[in-house]
Amino acid sequence: MSLSNKALQLDDEQRLLHFLTIDGLDRSILTEILDTAEGFTGVSERTIKKVPLCRGKVVANLFFENSTRTRTTFELAAKRLSADVLNLNISASATSKGETLLDTLRNLEAMHVDMFIVRHATSGAAHFIAQHADPGVGVINAGDGRHAHPTQAMLDMFTIRRHKGEFVGLRVAIVGDILHSRVARSQILALNTLGVSEVRVVAPQTLLPSDARSLGVHVYHDFDEGIRDVDVIIMLRLQKERMQGALLPSEHEYFSLYGLTERRLAMAKPDAIVMHPGPINRGVEMDSKVADGSKSVILQQVSYGIAIRMAIISMVIGTQNLRTQEVAV
Amino acid sequence: MKKKKKDISIRNGRVVDPANGIDEVTDLHISAGKVLALGQAPDNFEPHLEIDASGQVVCPGLIDLNVNLREPGNEHKATIASETACAARSGVTTLCCTPDTLPVIDTPAVVGQIRHKARKAGYCRLLPQGALTKNLGGSHLSEMAALKAAGCIAVTNCYTPLANTLVQRRAMEYASTFNLLTIIRPEDQHLCNNGCAHEGKVADRLGLPGIPEAAETVAVARDLALAETTGAVIHFHALSSASAARTMAWAKREGRKVSADVAIHQLHLTELDLEGFDSNRHVRPPLRTDSDRDGLRKAVAENVIQAICSDHQPHEADAKSSPFPDTEPGISGLDTLLPLTLKLVEQEVMDLSSAIARLTCGPADILGLPLGRLTPGYAADICIYDPHRLWHVSAEQIHSAGKNTPFTGWEMPGRVTHTLLKGRLVFREETL
Repeated sequence: MSLSNKALQLDDEQRLLHFLTIDGLDRSILTEILDTAEGFTGVSERTIKKVPLCRGKVVANLFFENSTRTRTTFELAAKRLSADVLNLNISASATSKGETLLDTLRNLEAMHVDMFIVRHATSGAAHFIAQHADPGVGVINAGDGRHAHPTQAMLDMFTIRRHKGEFVGLRVAIVGDILHSRVARSQILALNTLGVSEVRVVAPQTLLPSDARSLGVHVYHDFDEGIRDVDVIIMLRLQKERMQGALLPSEHEYFSLYGLTERRLAMAKPDAIVMHPGPINRGVEMDSKVADGSKSVILQQVSYGIAIRMAIISMVIGTQNLRTQEVAV
Repeated sequence: MKKKKKDISIRNGRVVDPANGIDEVTDLHISAGKVLALGQAPDNFEPHLEIDASGQVVCPGLIDLNVNLREPGNEHKATIASETACAARSGVTTLCCTPDTLPVIDTPAVVGQIRHKARKAGYCRLLPQGALTKNLGGSHLSEMAALKAAGCIAVTNCYTPLANTLVQRRAMEYASTFNLLTIIRPEDQHLCNNGCAHEGKVADRLGLPGIPEAAETVAVARDLALAETTGAVIHFHALSSASAARTMAWAKREGRKVSADVAIHQLHLTELDLEGFDSNRHVRPPLRTDSDRDGLRKAVAENVIQAICSDHQPHEADAKSSPFPDTEPGISGLDTLLPLTLKLVEQEVMDLSSAIARLTCGPADILGLPLGRLTPGYAADICIYDPHRLWHVSAEQIHSAGKNTPFTGWEMPGRVTHTLLKGRLVFREETL
């Protein structure tokens, strides 16, 4: 039942069967994803924005949590690969009628879906679905609880590579609610696997995991120190609920300590880039001048999200295809 | 007319009776449901039945301080009949069942119903724990005098320890009025904060909401202070941290009236076993670090923790078929209680006599009952097992209705061959 991440995600030839977490994947496969995405960036700029790689395949967007950006970019990515796409917002339908996750999965499998793209509020949900899915059905994690959001991390890596060329030698600061962030967990794993020289996290103690250093980062509480000489600044979204759980006193104090302003940005390297997984709370995580400024690459992240997701969908469907062919032979 | 119980001789077994300091190959004689003699039988003794225990260990029947029987109310998970039969196969002759049934064990009627069903099944002695507060609700005291009169051996609020310190104090005081032991699962409800795994490096990486060690240590410290104030006798159930074990060592040195047990899985598994999100490893309190496991092992070896229990929580398959945090916590532990304890002897954590003590006279002394020893005149509750027989854990080998074990595939030492309850054979392994 408890296969290692590597055994669950890769076949014997080190090809992607599922994409659930960056944990257990090595640099060569992450680089392969980035290179494949590079080839897909041109598709969006053509008159006919489609390639036939996944024609005849059915991809189900299985979203148990609300999402606009992630779901839409997955949908566009699958459609550009010529797949048929089902969008299922389950939070409003099956679970409220008492159907279990396993029953939902079995019902969709009965409709011969080839891939599940899963978002769920519970950590480990995508693993659970991958462990129970039929052979030949690929699973992509579109965010599970606090655990992982690996496609977001890969589009962030893609954005960084496009701007910086290499990962070696880079200093990256991730700022904000690390504790509750699946994005941060996946980014940290990806950055370290790709060989950046330093990953910093900047947050008050209440928004850090209990043993943050074990994730492979340097911890800063003072943003002015943490931002010094970094090449990349990744700001995380702050949920309004954090004020209720006695984690923070006020948005005002948070912004004064951890908000990204032009003054702070000046302490980073002159060619630093500013990223954010979205949606932004202007005036909470960052000043509008920074969000809309020349160093912000936030909207590029969204466009690159389509190419990255095309790469991952096509790689997983390709491997699962081989698997079903082997079974047939 | 009541049928006369058989006289029995158990021949040539290695008799291990820690309470009496006995560990030797000898014969054990039973008459009228009680231990009659060790070694030489009285002159006129003619047994109706002789059991050849050559090469086997003969020890007091095991006493399990914490078992969820699920009946009444959750018979889809397990029943009194299914779990007491499993207990007999596992060498367990006395079970303390938890009050979190539906309805809760907070009235004599429920106690009576449960004891009646257990007697009818006839596999083991069932000692119910009563609810500390009405419906385990945490605000109104249960009728403890009535519960005791009906047969409850202790009171507890089970998986929902009291958040309100004043109610906790009064509940302990009221229980002590009737010399009722208060059993506490030490957990600060606020610090648990919907967590499902030990707050530490593994939960950090897997993004599982954490339960800090302080959830346990704060609760232990609070209730030790209340016990001192009130003079109540308390027992901490299912410790999970080395820090709480150290506090127990301190309390023992201070001569406090307090005891503790640990669930057997805490002596084998750690947070590292959560990789892969296996829901069979979802337990409460959570699996903690290597050094916690080692600290707990040390405390058990040194008798700072006097009892090992199964913390048996059988579940139907559906209860574990969800993403890890959404599953019900708990392990079906009765079948593996003795073998996993024997594994600790193999791993030189403690000697056999100490291991058996934690499963027999240790828990008996916590309950203040004349059980768990082979003293002549005491009830002939006996477990005979073959220490040389190895077996592998699989769903077929688990006799509990709950197949939720994280030990699938593990090689286990020790197979129970006979179990006697008050001199009556309640389990005998079918031999081919």
